[in-house]
Amino acid sequence: MFHELLIKDIRATTGFIERNFNLIKRYIGWEIVFMVYTIVNAVTIGLIGVTSGDPNKVVYLIIGALLWGFLSIIFHEVAESISWERWEGTIEFTFMAPARRITYLLGMSTYAVIYALIRSAIVLFFLSLFFEIKLTNINIPIAVLVVVVSSFSFIGMGLIAAVFPLLSPEKGSQATHIFQAIILLISGVYYPISVLPGWMQKLAIISPATYTLRAVRAAILDGKGLNELSGDIIILIILGIILIPIGLIIFSMGERYAKKVGKLNRNG
Amino acid sequence: MKTYAVLVDDVYKSFKSKSKKKKKKKKRLFLELFKQAQDRFYAVNGISFNIHYGEIFGILGQNGSGKSTLIRMISTLLTIEKGQIKVFGFDVKKDDHKVRQYINRVTVEASFFKKLSTTENLLYAASIYGLRRADAKKKIPEILGVLNLDITRLDEPLENFSRGMQQKVAIARAVLTSPSLLLLDEPTTGLDPKSKREVQKFILSICETHNTTVIITTHDMEEADKICDRIAIIDSGKFIKIDTPEGLKNAIRKNSEDVTLEDVFFKMTGKEFKSDELEDN
Ligand SMILES: Nc1ncnc2c1ncn2[C@@H]1O[C@H](COP(=O)(O)OP(=O)(O)OP(=O)(O)O)[C@@H](O)[C@H]1O
Ligand SMILES: [Mg+2]
Repeated sequence: MFHELLIKDIRATTGFIERNFNLIKRYIGWEIVFMVYTIVNAVTIGLIGVTSGDPNKVVYLIIGALLWGFLSIIFHEVAESISWERWEGTIEFTFMAPARRITYLLGMSTYAVIYALIRSAIVLFFLSLFFEIKLTNINIPIAVLVVVVSSFSFIGMGLIAAVFPLLSPEKGSQATHIFQAIILLISGVYYPISVLPGWMQKLAIISPATYTLRAVRAAILDGKGLNELSGDIIILIILGIILIPIGLIIFSMGERYAKKVGKLNRNG
Repeated sequence: MKTYAVLVDDVYKSFKSKSKKKKKKKKRLFLELFKQAQDRFYAVNGISFNIHYGEIFGILGQNGSGKSTLIRMISTLLTIEKGQIKVFGFDVKKDDHKVRQYINRVTVEASFFKKLSTTENLLYAASIYGLRRADAKKKIPEILGVLNLDITRLDEPLENFSRGMQQKVAIARAVLTSPSLLLLDEPTTGLDPKSKREVQKFILSICETHNTTVIITTHDMEEADKICDRIAIIDSGKFIKIDTPEGLKNAIRKNSEDVTLEDVFFKMTGKEFKSDELEDN
């Protein structure tokens, strides 16, 4: 019985993932456009670093571009899953299927991580064509660990943001974009947060990206290890543990509200 | 106690009124604003009925009379404001997850991923209903074949299909998951007469072979007459009458004149069926 349910959950999860990759295939033109934009953006930012004459500055900026690319895609894909479904007009169909909502969200999140990884790998490849980087004292395993751990926080934030399109078909998607922009501003993606106005620095403390960027840079530029970075990693784990359940709770509250006032209808 | 496939007991659903007059008031006074917030109209206004296992139950009503709202409540897409709905003994409110395993729905708007192909859309549907992929792959051409859909075009994006073809795919998608309760919200609207007959025949055949229970809304009186075991006439969120097609006709028949369901509808609601008052009320 339990076994049977698990199999159905796995079928549904892979179904959601497969569906999204099928969509990519069918919208391949747009994928290429966004990919080119992302690559050019990352290269441009790296080149700004070159003007400083400091090789470390180049790496500093490239790490920002790559990480922001990775984390913001995760956030964006999870947050926009509902908008997408609304736009296609499939939201009611998906929501009345027996697949549980947590399975749906798990499928969307897994897809988001795989998709973000693929895109980041492509960007990394193109960056390597432009910049010759020699790093001696570098701690790759720790950098990877930090990125993995922070994925969870971004999934959690994506889940929280996904509720906006559930509540308001038009304004919801706009809200998620603003949310994303604010995280970019406050998390020190391309500059240390110390250059921000004081009150914004306080906001930076609650953004998981702040810790991700700080820790990854320390691991790659200064070769810092688990000992020195355990503080940031623990904070990221805690943020993930807090944000994912909050995301799930808010999402299910949003869904209940939408079903109460009739917002699931595609024109509603 | 007799169990029904579907039991609907004194169900209500209201939405916020959106009348223009009230919007003006909004600017005037906070109190008015508060009052307006309370101003609701009932799309479903106290409906009760039971459906037997394997029955085809039709709902006839004008645009905006509350048919889709009722069907959405049965499909767990809208919460029930007051009253109770049970599907195969499961409470739609409390056991929504259970209910979803037994139902599927076809709507007027064929809700697909338009760029994905028929196969991709149907395999997606199969996966979220927990079906085995191999089983689904086998069933898809079978079902579409019965519906007379060109199965050489299954890998084309669905947006290339005509509305009628898309509607057939929507019906196939619902049937693919072998629902025990099939909710059909205007399944044949937009189909040509031949396709209409094919779909009607198909509905009748799956009811016969799988003992599927069906709720169907339609604007086609002939269709209702032909396939429904019983028909409910709905007006402004209320059921005015539930009976067999014959029973409905007999009720207004004088002497032995020929009456159609259209006559029945007109007599009972005082409205022409194809009214032009399509506006939200
Ligand atoms: N989500 C919603 N929010 C606000 N009002 C709604 C919502 N859904 C339905 N209504 C209103 O409820 C009433 C009944 O709508 P419903 O869609 O149930 O009618 P219907 O009988 O299916 O009509 P049609 O034949 O046009 O499909 C309409 O006045 C409609 O505007
Ligand atoms: Mg309707």
